[in-house]
Amino acid sequence: MIRLQNIEKVYRTDTIQTLALNSINLDIEKGEFLSIMGPSGCGKSTLLNIMGLLDAPSKGSITIDSQDTASYSDKQLARFRNKKLGFIFQSYHLINDLQVLDNVELPLLYRDTTAKERRALATEALEKVGLSNRIKHFPTQLSGGQRQRVAIARAIVGKPEIILADEPTGNLDSAMGNEIMDILLQLNRTDGTTIVMVTHDQYMAQKTHRLVRLFDGSQVQ
Amino acid sequence: MLKNYFKIAIAVLRRRKFFTFISLFGISFTLTVLMVLAAFIDRVGNSNYPDKKRDRSLYILSMEMQGTKNGYYNRGPHSFYFLEHYAGSLKSAEKIAISSMFDYSSTYVNNKKVAINQKYTNAAYWQVLDYDFLEGKPFTPQQVANAERVAVISEDTKTAYFGNIPSVVGKYIEADDIKYRVTGVVKNVPITQIMMYGDMYLPYTLSKGDYKTNKGFNGNFSAIVLAKSAADLPKIKKEYAGIVARIPITDKDYDHIYSFADTYFVGLVRTILGNGNNSGVGKVITGLGIFVFLFMLLPTINLVNINITRIMERSSEIGVRKAFGASSRTLVYQFIVENIILTLLGGLIGIVLTLVVMSLINNAGLIANLNLTINYTVLACSLLACLVFGLLSGVYPAWRMSRLNVVNALKAK
Ligand SMILES: Nc1ncnc2c1ncn2[C@@H]1O[C@H](COP(=O)(O)OP(=O)(O)OP(=O)(O)O)[C@@H](O)[C@H]1O
Ligand SMILES: [Mg+2]
Repeated sequence: MIRLQNIEKVYRTDTIQTLALNSINLDIEKGEFLSIMGPSGCGKSTLLNIMGLLDAPSKGSITIDSQDTASYSDKQLARFRNKKLGFIFQSYHLINDLQVLDNVELPLLYRDTTAKERRALATEALEKVGLSNRIKHFPTQLSGGQRQRVAIARAIVGKPEIILADEPTGNLDSAMGNEIMDILLQLNRTDGTTIVMVTHDQYMAQKTHRLVRLFDGSQVQ
Repeated sequence: MLKNYFKIAIAVLRRRKFFTFISLFGISFTLTVLMVLAAFIDRVGNSNYPDKKRDRSLYILSMEMQGTKNGYYNRGPHSFYFLEHYAGSLKSAEKIAISSMFDYSSTYVNNKKVAINQKYTNAAYWQVLDYDFLEGKPFTPQQVANAERVAVISEDTKTAYFGNIPSVVGKYIEADDIKYRVTGVVKNVPITQIMMYGDMYLPYTLSKGDYKTNKGFNGNFSAIVLAKSAADLPKIKKEYAGIVARIPITDKDYDHIYSFADTYFVGLVRTILGNGNNSGVGKVITGLGIFVFLFMLLPTINLVNINITRIMERSSEIGVRKAFGASSRTLVYQFIVENIILTLLGGLIGIVLTLVVMSLINNAGLIANLNLTINYTVLACSLLACLVFGLLSGVYPAWRMSRLNVVNALKAK
């Protein structure tokens, strides 16, 4: 599903040059639930962003669903992300000015959908995460766990084949973290969604199919 | 889609009350000033009482004499002699109204000093111009020829001098110790109609600057030439130019003379800005353009700044939208629409403010007999200006924002 070949990422600032990723080779199967671990600053987020086409690698190639996206324009990339990918972030990144329902509908705005379809799909996604009674709330009126569930609903509303989650339970206590993890596992099992998750939690990682460890930009396991 | 933009736009406006206030204030204030100004210009430029036949009239308002050798320069109204002699010889004109600029005189009512602006006119003046007579009638050519002490007075003068009585025709009014018999009372003319304004109109034969002996060109008079039809105007202009070109200059200090029969607006501008053959209209238009541009530039820059701040603090939203499939172009579009909503809102407030300011000005009576109203062309232009505003002040920030790298946008908190 996702193939990374010889990925290298270098950050250059005026004074220093950081090698954030060093020749990463990774094959992720369709339907696989993969977790990535490693110490802070080892390049986990960088790797995930590259997989999500939010950032371009300095070297190497990515193919997603056997498509090489290196030559895509901004518009094509946007459309590709919209169709294939769903993102979950550690700090939720909900839009505080919008109600829960509008937040969840967001990915559908960039597709050909009617308001009615958007509403139906968003309600369905919110049901999956158990929040259908909170659609008129604003994000600031929700707990951290609830916010992350809204974020998951937003990530799955467009029925993407791949979900990329960067420390989705990082800001939550273990009970709420477990709830989120259960939702992700459920999604992977029933819908066959491919999931790549960055985590600091060994216990969470153990529940996934495969674990990749990074150290200083290189893959060590 | 639009509905969603609207939702978020309103939400953001409500959340950022201070920015919203500053933006809306800037836009509506600018608009108000422009609209009141435009209404003012419109009133001065287009109000057609009492010169209702403006479309077939030409105005000879000021003349200029130049002495190129010694650098002499002289611009001002004409002498009565000049106008009667030269403008009076126009064959293609129907009638020519000649009148002086208004002069200050004073009188006493119940021991209180009352200022009366008096104006000298010929008899044709009353035919070229369409004053509304509330009672009585203008003085006749005969009365002018005989230099009879008769006067047409304005409504305000009547009330100030005689009080609220039904009829004053035949009564006497005294100014600067001379008594005049009132032949008629006319509706007030606002002072912005500078050529037609006056509190009391007298036959030119009574004027103190002796029009009979002043054979010079400079004086205190201007003329309005009435053509048989608007189509005759170019012909009259040409004829008058020919007449002026042949005028012998007797004063040896001067070697050039400029006097034009102009349409209303050009005539006004020439009086203030004219120089030789140049009427100054070009200068006025350039000047106005620069003024409006600069005046609109300030709130635009202000808005651009506010917008950049406003948009940058939404970098997380931008990152999320991009991650979930918004292209840069879609985002630019969203932010421009948001900005147009803001400016249109400012426009609406501006219109309300304009109405308030106009009614204040009208009621305060700052300028005699001036009644400002909203001009619909100006209104349409203002709304258009709002749209342009919205575009101008939205495009640059939106473009900057759309170039944000997603990862950085999401990192910024
Ligand atoms: N925009 C950037 N400019 C320069 N260096 C960067 C930039 N982003 C990341 N880095 C560097 O790249 C390396 C990897 O960063 P990354 O965010 O991928 O780490 P991480 O594994 O996700 O860490 P954490 O667990 O703390 O989230 C770090 O050394 C970081 O300093
Ligand atoms: Mg990270």
